[in-house]
Amino acid sequence: MSGLARAVRVLAVGWVLQLKILAVSAFDGILNIVYPLFFATCALLMFRQNGDPQTLVYAGLGAAVMGTWSAMATSASGALQGQRWQGTLELLVTAPTRVALAVLPITAALATVALYSLVATLIWGRVLFGIEVAIVSPVGFAVALLVTLVSLATFGFLLSVTVVRYRTGWALGNLLEYPGWLLCGFLVPLDLFPEWVRWIARALPPTWGMDAIRAAAAGRDPWFDTAVCAGLGIGYAALGAFLSERLIDSARRHATLALT
Amino acid sequence: MSILEAHDLRRTFTTTTGVLRRNRKEVEAVRGVSFAIEPGELFGLLGPNGAGKTTTIKMLITLLLPTSGSATILGLDVVRDAREVRRQIGYVFGGDRGLYERLSALDNLRYFAELYAVPARDQRARIGELLELVGLTGREKERVEGFSRGMRQRLHIARGLLHDPALLFLDEPSIGIDPVGARELRQTIAGLRDQGKTILLTTHYMFEADELCDRIAVIRTGELVAQGTPAQLKARVTAGSVVEVETFSGVGETDVRGRVGVVGALAGVRSVVVDDGAVGETLVVQVEPGADVTAAVLGALRGIRVGRVVTREPTLEDAYVQLVSS
Repeated sequence: MSGLARAVRVLAVGWVLQLKILAVSAFDGILNIVYPLFFATCALLMFRQNGDPQTLVYAGLGAAVMGTWSAMATSASGALQGQRWQGTLELLVTAPTRVALAVLPITAALATVALYSLVATLIWGRVLFGIEVAIVSPVGFAVALLVTLVSLATFGFLLSVTVVRYRTGWALGNLLEYPGWLLCGFLVPLDLFPEWVRWIARALPPTWGMDAIRAAAAGRDPWFDTAVCAGLGIGYAALGAFLSERLIDSARRHATLALT
Repeated sequence: MSILEAHDLRRTFTTTTGVLRRNRKEVEAVRGVSFAIEPGELFGLLGPNGAGKTTTIKMLITLLLPTSGSATILGLDVVRDAREVRRQIGYVFGGDRGLYERLSALDNLRYFAELYAVPARDQRARIGELLELVGLTGREKERVEGFSRGMRQRLHIARGLLHDPALLFLDEPSIGIDPVGARELRQTIAGLRDQGKTILLTTHYMFEADELCDRIAVIRTGELVAQGTPAQLKARVTAGSVVEVETFSGVGETDVRGRVGVVGALAGVRSVVVDDGAVGETLVVQVEPGADVTAAVLGALRGIRVGRVVTREPTLEDAYVQLVSS
């Protein structure tokens, strides 16, 4: 089997089994259902006060992607910390397979759960708040959604590899959750922020993904934003893969992997 | 050629204390460890908690970089050729951790088979063989969270053997397992040895090392203090005898721990250790050949309530205790 075929197989098997791990816990399942809906409801209740149906559509789409950001930012680094606690992290590191190929399926499985959160939030907005998101370009919308999710998975991958080196690296994910809601323009237009904040926002794939999703829904051209989102996602994946090897070397030097 | 060769391995850890004013302290966990393991050998690494056993193993399995020294596995350097070394070794540690609890035993093995590059066409047969070897056939579809500690440990061994490694590291595999489970585990390890598998085993249990190991190295405060066959290590103390004195300590002057120095200084005494029991303690005195120290020992314990006094032949455990306490 060629190197590429083996890598694809490792990723695919890892993704299926990690998804299985996430799926078997009823408690986790309920949390995954309730958590994004809770925050989406809060946001939509606030925006409803405006009385403008277009604003509510803007917020409805933003709230849907907001749940995926939360699922990735906090869960990805937490997932690696979970591996550390259950003693599997050192087995992933001592396996002959590159650690990136072991970690990426974990964040990909989380992105799959995030896809559910996105769809559920859109349905929730429609049923409870009567938000009808008219999608003018369904193909562009679907592609933008998938690219946004994949880029979120690679961004989560970058966050999670820091946990290999730093025992409390998981806190980074928690730190980014709420600022990310603002920085990625999920609920508030980026034009309202100072220029330096917009530069940070432009470095985050979901910012472009969110613009692409809104553009596709409104019938504007989503492809440039989608392409930038994909490019940033690939960039974060490459950076994560590069850093994962360097951080493991550093962890071996500084003894930050489990020693018991 | 030896399967494993370690030369003067050293590892220093830096620890810090304090919050605002950080004080750094260097701790030498392993201080110049050298040994070799031959093909087909079951090599035991023994030592008390904190002696450096696990740190030594973590350097050999590429989880830690040595501060100095070198080690090779099948001629591959554990620092320079880490990825190649990982293909050649299996690593199994004791305790509950190291498995995906929510997955079945079969899924755990499937996942690690992928990570250890077991060819897809061979996986089913290999996993079946290993489940048979560790006695888990018929339980493979159950989730690991329902497994007993002994079953988990056997699954760990199956995981460690998936890619048929040239060298298997077993780090205290029997820790916390009940006697029946531990016996089954020893049978599994003995079976691997009989198949010609090369194994490095660390354990606290002397009878386990005596029963399983071809050769043993004893490590104390980061240094190897003895190497040899179990018979050779026993021979270090079999020329003498062991006196065991049951005591019931009080406090202060009547605490037997305060007399260890006095007893140890008696002529004919090699070493002294106090084992705490449920009610009292046992003073274990290693005695040189021909010496009769019973009366002198009892004299040194004057004022402390004494129970049974026994003189017996030394065991491997006595050899170990003498090595790690001298």
